[in-house]
Amino acid sequence: MSLIIGVLTAGGVYLLLRARTFSVVLGLALLTYAVNLFLFASGRLTIGAPPILAPGVSRSTDPLPQALVLTAIVISFAMTAFVIMLALRARAELGNDHVDGRDPDDVRNREGSEA
Amino acid sequence: MNHLVIAPLLLPLLVGTLLLVSRRTLSLAARRSLSLAAIFGQILFAIELGFLVGDGTILTYHLGHWPAPWGIVLVADRLAVWMLLVTSLLAGCALLHAMHGTDQCSRHFHPLFQLQLFGLNGAFLTGDLFNLFVFFEILLLASYGLLVHGGGAARVRAGLQFVVINLVGSTLFLFAAGAFYGLVGTLNLADLALKVARLPPEALGPAQVAALLLLVVFALKAALVPLHLWLPSAYAATSAPVAALFAIMTKVGAYALLRVETLMFGKQAGILAGLYTTWLLPLGLLTLVLGALGALAATELRLQVAYLVVVSVGLLISAFGLGTADGIAAGLYYLVHTTFATAAFFLVADLILRTRGWAADRLVPGPALPNAGLLGGLFFVTALLVAGLPPLSGFVGKVLILRAALEQPVWPWILGVVLIGGLLGLIALARSGSLLFFNVRGGGASAHLEAGATLPTLGLLSLCLALLIGSGPVFDLARATADQLLDPSDYIHAVLRPIGTGFEP
Repeated sequence: MSLIIGVLTAGGVYLLLRARTFSVVLGLALLTYAVNLFLFASGRLTIGAPPILAPGVSRSTDPLPQALVLTAIVISFAMTAFVIMLALRARAELGNDHVDGRDPDDVRNREGSEA
Repeated sequence: MNHLVIAPLLLPLLVGTLLLVSRRTLSLAARRSLSLAAIFGQILFAIELGFLVGDGTILTYHLGHWPAPWGIVLVADRLAVWMLLVTSLLAGCALLHAMHGTDQCSRHFHPLFQLQLFGLNGAFLTGDLFNLFVFFEILLLASYGLLVHGGGAARVRAGLQFVVINLVGSTLFLFAAGAFYGLVGTLNLADLALKVARLPPEALGPAQVAALLLLVVFALKAALVPLHLWLPSAYAATSAPVAALFAIMTKVGAYALLRVETLMFGKQAGILAGLYTTWLLPLGLLTLVLGALGALAATELRLQVAYLVVVSVGLLISAFGLGTADGIAAGLYYLVHTTFATAAFFLVADLILRTRGWAADRLVPGPALPNAGLLGGLFFVTALLVAGLPPLSGFVGKVLILRAALEQPVWPWILGVVLIGGLLGLIALARSGSLLFFNVRGGGASAHLEAGATLPTLGLLSLCLALLIGSGPVFDLARATADQLLDPSDYIHAVLRPIGTGFEP
């Protein structure tokens, strides 16, 4: 579990540091997966136990992290949708998909096409 | 259980939703008055709550009547109500300014504005770490919309960077919350304070990681060095009323830092005691210096004001980082002043931008301003406020902070940095003021201001004046707030006390 979280986080951070918005969005998605797993694990992993206390139940799993993960999934889903929309808008307005709005390799090409 | 505590949350949420569904049917005037009425209502709620908590009572509201460590709880103490009042007053002035054109660009301005207030009020009132995250997300989501409101390439680019960096911040917040939950098994702030204090010494490592992750998140929101780089471009690119409202956004980070610092990592916190204060003071001073240098180097007035926001955050965090009652009280006084003053400065910059023709707010010799007397006067007063020169409230705030700093062993450093930062800010403002108003070159069509355009700015400035006149009582109140913060046992008792089974309306 911790290995998976670590790999997801590392991949997310790597993608986040790329210059193009598409990989940044992917990186954010990976990071949210990592944090969801992390929240899930923070309530201790119990397998095959119900999340409620009831008479006759000796073992139970903590329901709160599941609620937290659910909230986090909903929020990160909305955020991902928003950031994709914004990235598309930036692509349309700025003419390229670089995070700072300038394409370092592409300056001559763009000047040529505008001329 | 007092239902007034949840009113500042429900009002903007309901009005925001109403404005959203009625955005095509109601006329602009009706939507404007509805939005304004909602803000007026929030001011009234904040004042009434202020009377209730003024004597030191802490009001709690248990949603669904679930007892505290399990259910969701809202807490209104002096600090929360203080922030509510500042937010609603600021929002009123920003909205009045927005009515001079900004809100006509799209029908979503007013709903987003109300939802932003919903998120802000929620962040101040919540007593739960995870709900703090949720309210942060609400206010951020609304702020993303407001930031790119009006469109344009520069705004979209700044917006994209702002969104990405805040999403990373949210992810870190979740990591911190998860780490705390794994460590002590609770997310209620009062319960966390109790349980963190009882952590065994061998848990020091994970506890420090969780606490410092939280510090990184709040420092990102407050724009502390080295996480301040998102602020200038975002604030300079957005529209003026939004930038004015965002003056409170960095203060949300500062509020969260102060709340967590006093509640969870105060003197009684066991192994984590004083963890934040060791970081906040140097980071705050560094922020101050870098912000002042940025203001000196800025090429546009709005960019310069954005860097001055960074300066004010630095001073504020240094005051909170002192960790004494005097320091926190001085910081709270300065917080009110700087929120109003920088917001007024954004509005002044917008007025100048609108009337200066082709030169806009670039710091180059440009056409003469048509209302040079009026705008120059406004600029002069606001610059005095922001730079912290006598006789205005900025000076009072700065003196209070410096007086509190004298008790520290490192006071020569604090004094030196703050005074040099102030000098740099003053030089920057003097340069831009003389460029804008005296170095007139070349004609050019410049528009006149419509009547009443300066009223919101004057409103903010008169709030600063009121702060100056009432500085005695206001500082006493700030002092009482700081004392309440430094003794969190009342807060913990108020939140965790058993609430009984009967439902009292």
